[in-house]
Amino acid sequence: MIPALGLLVGLAVGLFLHPAVPLALQPYLPIAVIAALDTVFGGVRAVLDGIFNDKVFVVSFLSNVVVAAFIVFLGDQLGVGSQLSTGVVVVLGIRIFSNVASIRRHLFRA
Amino acid sequence: MSQIPPAKATGGAGDPSPWHRLRLMARPRATKANVFAALLTIILGFAMATQVRQNQVLGLESLRQGELVTILDNATLQSSRLEQSARELQATRDELVTDSTGGAAALAAAQKRLDALGILAGTARAHGPGIRMTIVDPAGKVDAPLLLNAIEELRDAGAEAIQVGDVRVVASSYFLSSGSGIEIDGTKVTRPYTILAIGDPQTMSSAMEIPGGLSETVRGLPATITITQQNELAVGALHTLRTPRYARLVAPPVSAAP
Repeated sequence: MIPALGLLVGLAVGLFLHPAVPLALQPYLPIAVIAALDTVFGGVRAVLDGIFNDKVFVVSFLSNVVVAAFIVFLGDQLGVGSQLSTGVVVVLGIRIFSNVASIRRHLFRA
Repeated sequence: MSQIPPAKATGGAGDPSPWHRLRLMARPRATKANVFAALLTIILGFAMATQVRQNQVLGLESLRQGELVTILDNATLQSSRLEQSARELQATRDELVTDSTGGAAALAAAQKRLDALGILAGTARAHGPGIRMTIVDPAGKVDAPLLLNAIEELRDAGAEAIQVGDVRVVASSYFLSSGSGIEIDGTKVTRPYTILAIGDPQTMSSAMEIPGGLSETVRGLPATITITQQNELAVGALHTLRTPRYARLVAPPVSAAP
């Protein structure tokens, strides 16, 4: 409940403050957001599987974000940044879908 | 899943209902990890909102080098296409401008031709230098052949437009002696005969005066002839064109389309 409220609070703050993304972070923020979303859905799934752990959630959240950003950073350095970020988005998207499917099966048995 | 090692089940493993599990999880618990999770989700929400806004606000700045190059390429391509099209339109415009001036020239030439032909055919009024001849013939001795002779002499001398009385004399004009006068193209011309001819006045009056020419013949009839040279003379009578009954135009050879 508290994390869900946190998400809403964060959205509201972002919408009202109109912050500018620092130039250095601009290529990585979207990927980091997707990775974090994936972690959140994974967390919900873990709750339903009965294996949720707060600490694991926090650690995996941070590591996912950092790794996703790092992959894109590495891709940019290698000159394949846009392709690699596309790949990362695809992989994370697939994971989000499978997590959502698992959640759906738990909640609706369908 | 990278984040889910088998760990202690917070929701209670024995609970069969996933909804109940969710509800249990939703209870506010003031553990350190929960606070961290809340912090992280706040950051996530903040980042999402920021990114969405950024995407809406920013144009080119947020794009990668490759995308920028693509956009630049597209812009260059489009610009060259537009330039090409502008060149073509310019050429078309130049062509049209040239054409229209050429058309004006052609129109002027055609008009000039029309004027010349109108004077020749007697369908246009003419003015210019010429001579006025008056033949006074009290005895009625001047007949059609003599008048026709006079006209031929005038043409030989370069007359371009001729009028006898009120009748314009053209190539197809005929002369008939009829009673007390002369009929030209069906119109009666009465004495005294006035002949107007536009051309070189000097040449024409000389042609009339040559020995054995018109003047001598007329004076021998007897009749009198007076010739006056004029710098400005108007031939105002018009010849009415008749549509030819038999003669048909030969179609001009069709030139190849440009």
